[in-house]
Amino acid sequence: MRQHKFSREIPDKPSDIKRYLSITLFFLLIYAAGRFTRFSLSELFDGMSEGGGLIKEMFFPPDWAYMRRLLEPMQETIQISIVGTFFGSIVAIPLAIVSARNFLRNPILTGIFRNFLGIFRTIPALVFAALFASIFGFGSFPGILALIVFTAGLVAKLGFEAIESIDPGPVEALESSGASKLSILRFAIIPQILPQYLSFILYSFEINIRASAVLGYVGAGGIANYYNRTLSYLQYARAGSIVLMTFVVVMLLDLVSSKIRERLL
Amino acid sequence: MLDIRNISKVYPNGVRALSDVSLNIQKGEFVSIIGLSGAGKSTLLRSINKMIEITEGDILFQGKSIKEAKGKELRMIRRDIGMIFQSFNLVKRSRVITNVLCGRIAYHSPFVTFFGLFPKEDKMIAFEALDRVNILEKAYNRADELSGGQMQRVAIARSLAQEPILLLADEPVASLDPLTTIQVMDDLKRINRELGLTMLVNLHHVDLAIKYSTRIIGLQGGRLVFDGHSKDVNDEVLKEIYGRELTSSEVLGEVDDAPA
Ligand SMILES: Nc1ncnc2c1ncn2[C@@H]1O[C@H](COP(=O)(O)OP(=O)(O)OP(=O)(O)O)[C@@H](O)[C@H]1O
Ligand SMILES: [Mg+2]
Repeated sequence: MRQHKFSREIPDKPSDIKRYLSITLFFLLIYAAGRFTRFSLSELFDGMSEGGGLIKEMFFPPDWAYMRRLLEPMQETIQISIVGTFFGSIVAIPLAIVSARNFLRNPILTGIFRNFLGIFRTIPALVFAALFASIFGFGSFPGILALIVFTAGLVAKLGFEAIESIDPGPVEALESSGASKLSILRFAIIPQILPQYLSFILYSFEINIRASAVLGYVGAGGIANYYNRTLSYLQYARAGSIVLMTFVVVMLLDLVSSKIRERLL
Repeated sequence: MLDIRNISKVYPNGVRALSDVSLNIQKGEFVSIIGLSGAGKSTLLRSINKMIEITEGDILFQGKSIKEAKGKELRMIRRDIGMIFQSFNLVKRSRVITNVLCGRIAYHSPFVTFFGLFPKEDKMIAFEALDRVNILEKAYNRADELSGGQMQRVAIARSLAQEPILLLADEPVASLDPLTTIQVMDDLKRINRELGLTMLVNLHHVDLAIKYSTRIIGLQGGRLVFDGHSKDVNDEVLKEIYGRELTSSEVLGEVDDAPA
């Protein structure tokens, strides 16, 4: 038997009404969204059974022989993502530096670049690719350009956030010793963010390899170009081998890259 | 050498951290600044190398006005003034020697040092500085492998590599244990004696200030309430600086959280 004598009253349990209302609202929203987009379960099941037939044609078995011919476009896809990641990460450096609030301490300049980056980053890589393909013509060049722009935006954003979260102590110490801005950057900031920067590069490479696997769809080079072609000729087994190969390559590169990233941090 | 003339500092939020402080410091002195937390010790120290801009008065360092100095001129003044901090402020991921060489940066064009290339002469200066604080053997260790006391020594070596004529130390031992505290204070005293380097040190502990310095400055609420020889610090003086008498334990080195 408990003998504790309470010094004050046990507080009342707060009403649960708010919680129930939120849950109801949540389901109502989902229902409304389904109605709005004319989502229908029966269509989904129909589609799935059709899709089942398609999957059988694509993968059971895929066109193994065709894979040899895919080596070249696959290589192009990988090249596009490497080159795009590389140059994009370089372009990101000055962007990150001017966007970091704690370095130049020029709120106007920093504000302009941060907003510019913010707007830019709402545009998906595929949209850039379509745009550049229409300007520069089909091929891997517009794809590379699209990834450069996309990577620059991504790495710059991660980069200025990393710069803003460094230990300010060394910056203060170097400033007090008469070092110039450039030297402070070189000796107090870069050593602190270098491992993070390298991991951002790998991270964006992981995203870019996925993006570049579909770039060919808008004519920006790489494997998706072939996918488009086989589908329009109804060569499902060939399409299947493209999907399979892309899947394996993306998985492998992803795995390697994330393993390296783990080691960096 | 250092002439502080009627300086005041009002922070943008309206806090008046210094009121009409004047000081004249001669070459070779070992000066401690004591006072309660919030008395304005850090503000005073940071005004000297313009890490904080004063709102009134002027500071002359070797006859040059710090208030007027900007850009390159300010950097040249700062080069002659070393500074060490409570939190050491080393680049933890860099090697000890790289940290110490940072003290040489202001002597060269940033485009040369950008590639990490320092003249051989500079490396010798850096090694010598490390030797002076007895930590030469750690030159190629990463800074984050060192203990607190060792890190503070590296920080001292970095400021010595500047070949300064004045060393500012903002609570250099506040995050060290008692034994390391003594070692670091001994280092500062020895450097003061051997190199004739002028020291201006903020200290929380009255007994350390009395033991190591030749002259003591007492701040209270942003005003200078004492400026004299450490021999002349008596109970009355301490009462003025701290607003009350200290208990014996505080004089033995625990004035950290004396209430205002
Ligand atoms: N950047 C700042 N902005 C506004 N007020 C500040 C700033 N820095 C310090 N102050 C205020 O100025 C006064 C003096 O601060 P200062 O840091 O110089 O004191 P201190 O003697 O060094 O104290 P401590 O022993 O805690 O380091 C305090 O009231 C503090 O709150
Ligand atoms: Mg302070």
